[in-house]
Amino acid sequence: MNSHIILRVVGKFLIPLIIIFGLYVHFHGDFGPGGGFQAGVIVAAGVILYALLFGLKACKQAVPPSWIRIGMTVGVLFYVGTGLVTWMLGGKFLDFDVLHPATDHPLGQHIGIIFVELGVLFTVATVMVAIFYAFGSRQPQIMDDEKDF
Amino acid sequence: MSTFLTGWLSAEAPVLIVVLPLVMAAFCAVMPKDKIAWIITLITTLICAVLAFDIVLQVQSAGVLSYALGGWDPPFGIEYRIDGLNAPVVLLISAIGVICTLYALRSTDAEIEPKKRAPFYAAFLVAFAGLLGMVVTGDAFNVFVFLEVSSISTYVLVAMGASRDRRALNSAYNYLILGSIGATFFVIGVGFLYMETGTLNMMDMADQLAVTADGSRVAQLAFAFIVVGLGLKLAMFPLHLWLPGAYAYAPTAITAFLAATATKAALYLLLRFVFTVFDPSLAFIGATLTWLLAVLGVVGMFVASFQAIFQTDARRVLAYSSVAQIGYILLGVGMGTTLGVSAGYVHLINHGIIKGALFLALGAFWYRYGIKRVSDFNGLGKLMPWTMSAFTIAALALIGIPGTAGFVSKFQLLTAAADNGWWWAVGAVVVTSILAVIYMGRMLEAAWLQPAPLVNGKPVASREAPWPMMVGLWVLAIASLVFGIMPAWPLELASGAAQVMLGGGL
Repeated sequence: MNSHIILRVVGKFLIPLIIIFGLYVHFHGDFGPGGGFQAGVIVAAGVILYALLFGLKACKQAVPPSWIRIGMTVGVLFYVGTGLVTWMLGGKFLDFDVLHPATDHPLGQHIGIIFVELGVLFTVATVMVAIFYAFGSRQPQIMDDEKDF
Repeated sequence: MSTFLTGWLSAEAPVLIVVLPLVMAAFCAVMPKDKIAWIITLITTLICAVLAFDIVLQVQSAGVLSYALGGWDPPFGIEYRIDGLNAPVVLLISAIGVICTLYALRSTDAEIEPKKRAPFYAAFLVAFAGLLGMVVTGDAFNVFVFLEVSSISTYVLVAMGASRDRRALNSAYNYLILGSIGATFFVIGVGFLYMETGTLNMMDMADQLAVTADGSRVAQLAFAFIVVGLGLKLAMFPLHLWLPGAYAYAPTAITAFLAATATKAALYLLLRFVFTVFDPSLAFIGATLTWLLAVLGVVGMFVASFQAIFQTDARRVLAYSSVAQIGYILLGVGMGTTLGVSAGYVHLINHGIIKGALFLALGAFWYRYGIKRVSDFNGLGKLMPWTMSAFTIAALALIGIPGTAGFVSKFQLLTAAADNGWWWAVGAVVVTSILAVIYMGRMLEAAWLQPAPLVNGKPVASREAPWPMMVGLWVLAIASLVFGIMPAWPLELASGAAQVMLGGGL
């Protein structure tokens, strides 16, 4: 049980940093390489690392599968929500210029894309974890003709 | 502009019709109760059908609808572009979507495990949105995205047939492999086109190709990849191997939906690329039309019709028949004349309606009596007279009896072939129609002329299909009659589409 003590202690230090790094990649996506997809994968990597070090059961207690399903949906709704907001503000679908009145600088585009990418982050992170859960919790199938062995 | 919706709704309809089902799919995925998910799905598809009808009216009066997504004007941003070529397909997809949702209320009870039903409706809405998206978009890469959106959800839907028949998993896997190859070929083709033209907007691509590429190597390569990729998706004859399995083992509502819409959307894309992105008057396009599409279409008509005759599973009969019918459409398109292309197009619409009705009826037979094989059809005419009547109308339409929609499109096809001097094609259409008489006739003969089987010495009780199934079935059956007796509207839509494709010239 305690054979991975070093890995576990280091992991406990690293996992919060991995998630913060994920958020950094997300918010930096505006100015350089990065964005919601990469950030989502990094955040999911933090969760998966936790599962590898402490077991799938502990991980499912920390991040329940029911949250995962809701997270996927929330991500999509965030993305589409930006479009709905631009519709309500009288613009075209996903026309972020209407989000902020500044005309000298496309601030509306900044705001819009951060929210869109936030949706991407949610969905990508949760889908990655969902795929991991699906593979991780698969029981080996017992065939009828193998029962006797 | 003739429209019956308010200004905002009709102006935003091209994008709303895609966004609405996508959002609602997200809601359906987390619904705890499957009936709520079903109600959401039904309302969504109904709204989409109303929007689609409005779009068709708008296109008929305004010609082209163009929507700049996010306010980025084409060709720089993504453009949703609806004209005479894709508006009827949008209407077909959304109308079939409503009918299949209505039908799914009862069929999913029998086919899908309770906790998978809400995700089933979510996947259905995603597939629905993907198909609509790939039809309305005017951006080549956006087409690929929606192609994948619809395909991946379709693989899931086919695999959900596994609770009834485990072979669905195998079929879904086959479909996944071949569908992914198709999508990959398509995106490679789009990549080459981007390399050649530097744009992803289809209209802009067409302009650039007209200037720079007089049949340049890169453009030819792109064309080859796109035709093969879409050929896989639309089940062009030698690339159709995924289709019979997927149609035979998917949940019944999904089989009807796929048969009526999925291959039709891919066919639309083929028409879009061959005729409007590329210039059909170029030598290599003309050769492809004549020697590839038309020839493979005719070979497919014969081979698939023969295969249909020797199937025992009723859904496989209709699946092979679908491959044969796609052959008719490709034959019409392969002629490259206005008459031929509009004949192919009207058959695209009519076949969607007819095949939808046939698969819905087969699903109802299975729902009531568990019938899958043609040999079990005995006496169905007496046991389920109304369902069987609708099936019979659609079967006659598939064969091409005068007074049905199938006759109208086959007659158009014959006229076009004769006009083109392709007498061999006239013969091929007539002979394969006789083959259709054989494979559909087998079912009709068993259903109407054979006595119902006896169970414990007593005749089986008559049980009609439940009303949600019956409504959709009869709407499609009546549509295939109405479009046969009064073909003016579909023919007008088809000639509008041919005008978009060939510019009224040729």
